[in-house]
Amino acid sequence: MFLDFVIVLIKAGVVLFALLNLAALLTWAERKQSAFMQDRIGPNRANVGSITAGGLLHIMADGIKMIAKEDFIPEGAHRVLHTLAPAAALFPALVVFAVIPFGDVLVIGGKEIPLQVANLNVGILYIFSIASLAVYGTMLAGWASNNNYSLLGGLRASSQMISYEVSMGLSILGILMIYQSAQLDVIVREQGQLLLGFIPKWGVVLQPVGFFLFLAAAVAENKRTPFDLPEGESEIIGYFVEYSSMKFGMFFLAEFVEVVIVAGLVTTLFFGGWQFPYLQADGFHWPFEAGVWHLPHLLVTLIQVGTFCIKVLLWCWILLLVRWSLPRFRYDQVMRLGWKMMLPLALANLLVTAVIVLLVT
Amino acid sequence: METFLFWIFAIVGVGGGIMVVFHRNPMSSAIYLVVTMLCLAGFYALLAGPFVAVIQVLVYAGAVMVLILFVIMMLNLREETLQREGGMATWILAGLIGLVLVVAVLPPFPRTPAGTPPPEFGTIEAVGNKLFTMYMLPFELTSVLLLIGIIGAVILAKRRML
Repeated sequence: MFLDFVIVLIKAGVVLFALLNLAALLTWAERKQSAFMQDRIGPNRANVGSITAGGLLHIMADGIKMIAKEDFIPEGAHRVLHTLAPAAALFPALVVFAVIPFGDVLVIGGKEIPLQVANLNVGILYIFSIASLAVYGTMLAGWASNNNYSLLGGLRASSQMISYEVSMGLSILGILMIYQSAQLDVIVREQGQLLLGFIPKWGVVLQPVGFFLFLAAAVAENKRTPFDLPEGESEIIGYFVEYSSMKFGMFFLAEFVEVVIVAGLVTTLFFGGWQFPYLQADGFHWPFEAGVWHLPHLLVTLIQVGTFCIKVLLWCWILLLVRWSLPRFRYDQVMRLGWKMMLPLALANLLVTAVIVLLVT
Repeated sequence: METFLFWIFAIVGVGGGIMVVFHRNPMSSAIYLVVTMLCLAGFYALLAGPFVAVIQVLVYAGAVMVLILFVIMMLNLREETLQREGGMATWILAGLIGLVLVVAVLPPFPRTPAGTPPPEFGTIEAVGNKLFTMYMLPFELTSVLLLIGIIGAVILAKRRML
């Protein structure tokens, strides 16, 4: 009992540690990536003596700067809600990763440890319910600042998030139908099977439309370019305009944590999670009965966790590429895309999937 | 552990409920209502109903309360403009009604602890099976009700555009 408790605490600690540090690293990666794509050098000045570590020290410098700056609450603002808003924005992002499995069951000394913080029967629904709370951060920030521009920004942000939540939910239902479960560990395990004997049964193979819809909706939920009009950092004013110091930093951090979350979800639902092609619990089973290459349990687990991490990193990078490639939508375009194109497409995808699943099983 | 969590949810939930009623600022009241909703979800989770717990968060905290917040934001009420409500008579009447409700609700509470539910109790599969077999008609009627609501909303929005 006590041991179980400690194991859960360790897993939660490891996941949060990885999540926060990856998010911090992404702030550097984003700046370097944008610099690379725009033929610039990017951040390279922060240094300790002559060590710059390729600009990595900027993360430290930014952190110190954020904490050291004046924390300002504008006149007439609702002090409590103004302070609560950044926490409300960061909290959902931090707890969603609890249900994402980052590896198969690890056996140490006869004790089975599932490499997932919380294995919930309602896995996917848990993600949706927590994601639906993310809108409070933006709404409260917009309202509590006592600034009409930030209020408008908050309304833009929350209506966009609510609109795309619908498409996001519907785009995943196909996955639920195919793998017959809402439990994320079951979904990942099912993706280890093979189609026609050699194609991994990953979600993207069976649900290509669902994958693209989910990716687009998730980027919109994340409020990043091309859906960044709630903030629009270069022209329009966003909901966190009245925030300074680390409170602004928390909004900023929440955005990057969400990037990691989106990468983790895409990996788990559509790209096989921790599954390495042909790798099963006892080693590689090559397709077409080409033989089995046995591996020890610890090595297999290590490969699986490593595979998950690499997939997540890859998706983080692709999301950064998207961020710096596409121009921003206009507000009416965002709404039209969400309600008149993605929603009907998601419904059609759902219907077709349902019919096929019904015919096959 | 469960008793500990129960007391946390109970105290925070009831406290939030009281604050909803007594707070002057409608925005703060709404946020306290969100807190109460989340505590209710905690209760459902403790009562081995993960599906209901998650839906509670998704529907009440994530959708209904967001809508209420939207309305409050749009109205842009200031605390100073709100007038004090009712006199002594209103308070006494409200208190009496509350007391009657509490007394009416108390007797049906089971005094003996319920046994442990079967492992599949409250899961998506169990709730789905019940919904689509035993409670098919109420379920469909609720869907029709929601559909009517949606159509009503669309018609209202259209009329304003014309």
